[in-house]
Amino acid sequence: MKSILDLTALELGSKIKKREIGVIEAAKASLARMEALEPKLNCYVTVDERLTLAQAEKVQRQIDKGELRSPLAGVPVAIKDNLCMEGMPTTCSSHILENFVPTYTAEAVKRLLDAGAVVLGKTNMDEFAMGSTTETSAFGVTKNPWNPEHVPGGSSGGSCAAVAANECFYALGSDTGGSIRQPSSYCGVTGIKPTYGTVSRYGLIAYGSSLDQIGPVGKNVEDCAAVLELIASYDQKDSTSIRQRDLDFTSGLRDDVEKMRIGIPRDYFGEGLDKEVKAAVLKAAEVFREKGALVEEFDLSLVEYAIPAYYVIASAEASSNLSRFDGVKYGFRTKMYEGLHDMYKKSRSEGFGPEVKRRIMLGSFVLSSGYYDAYYLKALRTKALIKKAFDKAFLRYDVILGPTAPSTAPKLGESLSDPLKMYLGDIYTISVNLAGLPGMSVPCGRDSKGLPIGLQLIGDCFKEKHIIRAGYAYECSRSSEQPVLAGENEDIPQRIQGGAGI
Amino acid sequence: MANIISDETIEYVGILAKLKLTKEEQEAAKKDMGRMLDYIDKLNELNTDGVEPMSHVFPVNNVFREDVVIHGNDRENILKNAPEKKDGAFKVPKTVE
Repeated sequence: MKSILDLTALELGSKIKKREIGVIEAAKASLARMEALEPKLNCYVTVDERLTLAQAEKVQRQIDKGELRSPLAGVPVAIKDNLCMEGMPTTCSSHILENFVPTYTAEAVKRLLDAGAVVLGKTNMDEFAMGSTTETSAFGVTKNPWNPEHVPGGSSGGSCAAVAANECFYALGSDTGGSIRQPSSYCGVTGIKPTYGTVSRYGLIAYGSSLDQIGPVGKNVEDCAAVLELIASYDQKDSTSIRQRDLDFTSGLRDDVEKMRIGIPRDYFGEGLDKEVKAAVLKAAEVFREKGALVEEFDLSLVEYAIPAYYVIASAEASSNLSRFDGVKYGFRTKMYEGLHDMYKKSRSEGFGPEVKRRIMLGSFVLSSGYYDAYYLKALRTKALIKKAFDKAFLRYDVILGPTAPSTAPKLGESLSDPLKMYLGDIYTISVNLAGLPGMSVPCGRDSKGLPIGLQLIGDCFKEKHIIRAGYAYECSRSSEQPVLAGENEDIPQRIQGGAGI
Repeated sequence: MANIISDETIEYVGILAKLKLTKEEQEAAKKDMGRMLDYIDKLNELNTDGVEPMSHVFPVNNVFREDVVIHGNDRENILKNAPEKKDGAFKVPKTVE
């Protein structure tokens, strides 16, 4: 028999609605799972059981009164720790925000709460979302549920690992250069980075403001589409929020890719791509062909320029965004100092970790007079060219298909020693942020080590429905898998269930 | 390595970034930044003459709204986060002699 934890978010929501499962019962099941696995995986930074159960009680009352209609009402969720929640510590996995308790709630989180979501806790991440492994967190590494010797990816590693380990039913993450898609790929879950401006960034602690987007992480495409529908909105409080009419993403959930034009960039399959990842992704492309999609290869161009452009732009924005952390109004303040400026400098130097300092330094440099044109403006010009290359591709294709990451999850401790190599792991995801496009990672098999491989589907701006339809159709063609964690009964069959026929 | 970052540059960037680096951190930063800039120099292969710098992918304009108080006075809660406070205000080191 399926346990509560094996249900998808929408399945649980429907059972809650039909009074087959209580909201408190569901929350307790998640909390028990967390208690059992957290010592091993460390997906969460902050858990507040009392708050969770109080929320569950309140939501159950609201459901009983018929006040909540959302298909996800009562379903427990995990929130990445760079999203503010009133009364709940929000640390960005940084020492500098260790004691910070926001006085307001991020718009995306508020929308979930209004729909009856029950928050289980705040998930671990790379410090200020800077990293690809969740190892730069000030609060310990998160481990990959498929193999705890490997990283979960990052920066939304806690959110993705929590979904993979059934420590929540779905989660929110944020994606600046691949931070939802890459850990989704490594953890064998589904994650969507929406078109820039689709989800309000109000209450998201900024890293690279022109690139940051909040998005869902879930057990399948259906759940992600339902969550995206809840969190997407036009919000006056985010000046880059975009008014869109077409936000009923779940209507894209059709097992039909007949005549869908799918382009495979040849440049995504060159040097640096793991052989097993390549094979799995090309096999997925075959599935689309069999289902009647028009699949062909093409040259996207400029792929190798995305990472250098990204690190200039993201670091520049980070150096400006993170200047607010000065030890005055909130967060960490150094103990010993002489005067105001010394207090600023020491608080920041002791409060930030090495990767954050590295990017603040680089960002300050590329914005400094004398280098601004050569680096910052050059990167913005490159960004314009990259956007143009995608525009051209989307004249011919509905969806671009490729790998999410060049490899499966590396071992713990292997990445941080060589930042440049770590940055290269984002080669397929980063350009999507530069061009503001929607992208999704869907599981497409496992390598010989048993680690999950992710398929990336990229759509044109505001065409989330295209990638949702493609992802859903692909998911319908295969059964989903779940990690068997050490200590669990190895005889328990892995979750076998088509994404579709529920 | 084409980009040699001098001690002076690192010091200057430290001032801009408001970071106080230890000697070791400075050495590491010099190396890191030099290496990153070498990599970033790859962008020079691209001809971007006549290309407008794109700061935003969509044409966005200033968003104006009426100046109405929404959050109200939340001083007490906001001050709870202050590392040091005094008389309902943030306490900072003396800045004016």
